[in-house]
Amino acid sequence: MNIHPAFLLALLALTLALASSLVALPAARWPRALRWASLPLLALSGVAASGAGLWALIEGLDLGLTLPLGLPWLPWHLQLDALAGFFLALIGILVTAAGIYGPAYVRGLENGRESLAALGGFSGLFVTGMLLVVLAADAFLFMVAWELMSLASYFLVAFHHDNPANRRAAFLYLLMAHVGGLAILLGFGVLAAFAGGFEFELLRGAELSTLWASLCFALVLLGFGMKAGLVPLHAWLPEAHPVAPSHISALMSGAMLKVAVYGFVRVVFDLIGQFHWQWGVVVLVAGSLSALTGVLFAMMQSDLKRLLAYSSVENLGIIFIALGLALLFMSTGHPTLAALAFVAALYHAINHALFKGLLFLGAGAVLHSTHERDLEQMGGLLRRMPWTGLFFLVGCVAISALPPLNGFVSEWLTFQAALQAWQLDSGVLRSLIPIVSAVLALTGALVAATFVKVYGVAFLGQARSRHVRRARVVPMGMRLGQGLLAVFCVLLGVLPTQVIALLDPVAEAVFGTGLPQAAAGGWLWLTPVSAETASYSAPLSILLLALIAGVAILWARRGRVRRVRRCDPWDCGLTPPTPRMQYSAASFAQPIRRVFALAFVLDERKPTATDTRPRYRLRIADRAWSLLYMPLAQAVESAARRVVLLQSGNVRVYLGWTLATLLVLLWIIS
Amino acid sequence: MDEPVMLSAWGMALLQALLYPALAPLLIGWVRKVKARLHNRRGASVFQPYRDLRKLLAKETRVAHTASPLFRLAPYVVFVATWLAAATVPLVARDLPTAQIADIIVLVGMLGLARFFLALAGMDVGTAFGGMGSSREMMISSLAEPAMLVAVFTLAMSAHSTSLSSVIGYHLAEGFVLRPSYLFAFGALVLVALAESGRIPVDNPSTHLELTMIHEGMLLEYTGRHLALMELAAHLKLLLYGVLIANVFVPWGIGQAFAPAALALGLGAILLKLAVLGAALAVGETVVAKMRLFRAPAFLNLALLLALLGLLSHVILEVGA
Repeated sequence: MNIHPAFLLALLALTLALASSLVALPAARWPRALRWASLPLLALSGVAASGAGLWALIEGLDLGLTLPLGLPWLPWHLQLDALAGFFLALIGILVTAAGIYGPAYVRGLENGRESLAALGGFSGLFVTGMLLVVLAADAFLFMVAWELMSLASYFLVAFHHDNPANRRAAFLYLLMAHVGGLAILLGFGVLAAFAGGFEFELLRGAELSTLWASLCFALVLLGFGMKAGLVPLHAWLPEAHPVAPSHISALMSGAMLKVAVYGFVRVVFDLIGQFHWQWGVVVLVAGSLSALTGVLFAMMQSDLKRLLAYSSVENLGIIFIALGLALLFMSTGHPTLAALAFVAALYHAINHALFKGLLFLGAGAVLHSTHERDLEQMGGLLRRMPWTGLFFLVGCVAISALPPLNGFVSEWLTFQAALQAWQLDSGVLRSLIPIVSAVLALTGALVAATFVKVYGVAFLGQARSRHVRRARVVPMGMRLGQGLLAVFCVLLGVLPTQVIALLDPVAEAVFGTGLPQAAAGGWLWLTPVSAETASYSAPLSILLLALIAGVAILWARRGRVRRVRRCDPWDCGLTPPTPRMQYSAASFAQPIRRVFALAFVLDERKPTATDTRPRYRLRIADRAWSLLYMPLAQAVESAARRVVLLQSGNVRVYLGWTLATLLVLLWIIS
Repeated sequence: MDEPVMLSAWGMALLQALLYPALAPLLIGWVRKVKARLHNRRGASVFQPYRDLRKLLAKETRVAHTASPLFRLAPYVVFVATWLAAATVPLVARDLPTAQIADIIVLVGMLGLARFFLALAGMDVGTAFGGMGSSREMMISSLAEPAMLVAVFTLAMSAHSTSLSSVIGYHLAEGFVLRPSYLFAFGALVLVALAESGRIPVDNPSTHLELTMIHEGMLLEYTGRHLALMELAAHLKLLLYGVLIANVFVPWGIGQAFAPAALALGLGAILLKLAVLGAALAVGETVVAKMRLFRAPAFLNLALLLALLGLLSHVILEVGA
């Protein structure tokens, strides 16, 4: 059998991830197995995966492979095309960074009571599962890999299981993952019933009526949307992601959510192969809702990792906005515009993987150094952890979609796609898209406010507690892991035309057309539609920024006194400021909390004038709980209470029920 | 485009970029002068802001013990990002290469970058007023920025381009047409400009009273050349918004060619437009009182609503017709 070397590389990545899982097993006896063998193998697996993915992207490969594993009548089908290659590369980069970062981080866990063997073993299985989902080319293998990924990550979420809240979060995650998995399974079932088989090749050829196709679309949107944390199915995400160890949180937010995006794209854009504008509207609305809700709740959090998890909801919302635009444009016969929106979605997917991975690793470094996740206790970390502070700043600027870093490019592309709405014929759609772009603009501005709060409260100012004051620099491995992702954030921001040239084959494979105009004006100029419509030159803006900075420094420093003298803060000449007088995370968010008060369920207790021990308490609850989850849970419980009536404890009654069931079944099949 | 023309275009862009910081203090001085006359005061000379900047540059720079390196970096980032944003707005002549480097969305992004670092600098020393200023600034901007983007989208959608040169060119070629979408966008942009450049009724540029300040709160700890850069950046921002409104909505007079006559006309036209705008700003600030902080969101929601109405009236009334 002749296997393409790129495919061999992908298989090597799978094997290395599995091996990393196996060599972690002795970690219960020898904790070093995790640091010296398992995590380095994981990093190598990431390198191999990103290599295979990049290979597939650059050469535009479309390979298939059948392995003699699995069911007798359904061997495992694997594939490596441009779409799979892109997501393979994305996962690979993040796994590499996590593998480099991990050894120093798990060292802090060695004295804990948690099982390191479980951490290493399930990390390897988790990565194997993610890679296998992307490589799968039949519905059966896809579901097996999907469940492997979900189950392995369940054990990672439950890693710190001493804390009851963490056990609860892990159970919620398991429950939601399985409801979602069921929806995906049913979606594949609809497709398979028409196709007569489970291979993607057959599913692609299935002829579905619009009704069945829409049902399939609804099921996979539910299933993958649940995994991707779309509002209102997001409630598990801010519970589950923060409680895993930080490098796993980075993988979950950065990579696993993208696997859900991959699944959605693969099934809706590739397998179903029909496009209806109604679907686009549904995806657009879900995306906008997620983006806005996600960022508003992120703004209100004071737990750093929880805040980052809510911000993932927001970013996934932006990705789905772009995907919705692609669906809309494709259904109305504008494949080039659809390709533009699609490329924007992919670009944002990789951007989010990079900066969210970076921010979670940074939060992990802070946690490692101070044992603190609460922003209200932090402060002044930039001076104590300069490298982490620098990398975290890069992540904050990137996620706030500010030029010249990568987040801005994908947001710019999404806006450019939305601004082409005038080409649509339907007035309703023409007016829907501007509203969505207004939501996107509002989201972007709120993200900037959120990350000013995060960085300002955690890294600037003065330390608000003693253990944060004693924070120290984290080990080299942790800095390297963050540095790798920070460098990618800068590169993807400065060289957008090269990145889009890499993404083009994916769009071409899906829509039959790429963005031929994107680099028409040379590599310096990014012109997604045409040079007259819009252009952006990131390299030249960096050059100009540097030039102007040079001029500014020369101009400002020609004064007589060049030396900077240190003094006490002025603060309007009032009493000398203490750390407790600084603006806290909650007070920073207060104006926005007040402006958007309708979005939250607020429980605010202010001290009264007569309190001897004044305390301020604030709790913010998610409306999704009271509107969706609690009624559902209550309905399930009351249904269960009805079923209890059957349970009389009398054997004869049970036998009677069994007989009745048998009769009914016989009647049905006869 | 052949080489000599390209060179002159880049030279023109450079010259225009230099004109911005040169003119920005003058606009501030003009507004202050008009305001003083309206108050029946003589007021300082219109050149006073230049003297203030010179004085600040010559003074010693002091930095708090508690400040991090970001505090010293921020003034440069803020100034540079604001200047780059300004350099992309056609001032005297229209067809500039800088407008291709960065379109309107990049302009908004650059202003966002400047604001991001300004707000961080406000929180750096760890004083209460700094954090207060940053928090309020981000609240105002998180409502003003979407309004600005949506207003700008209205213009971009009519011109089918997000490049400012093209938008102005489209408007010039079309002649004077009173479009409802333009009126709405104009209203929105004016409100945003007032809020973003820290003018009455959202912020008061001439007070250091603690409870009312937003922008000044973030600058409290700055001295010497750092303060000079921050001040000049604020002046640039006002000029940028002024030029944006003047040249996008009333583009007539702007230089279409790089010939001396056209450029002189362009310079005269923009100076006249800015003088009128500055006087209008001074009159507005004299007759309107500053709002309470929590009235500002209503003000900015009005801006967002106007911008959205503009966009909707464009896609519904003007595209289909």
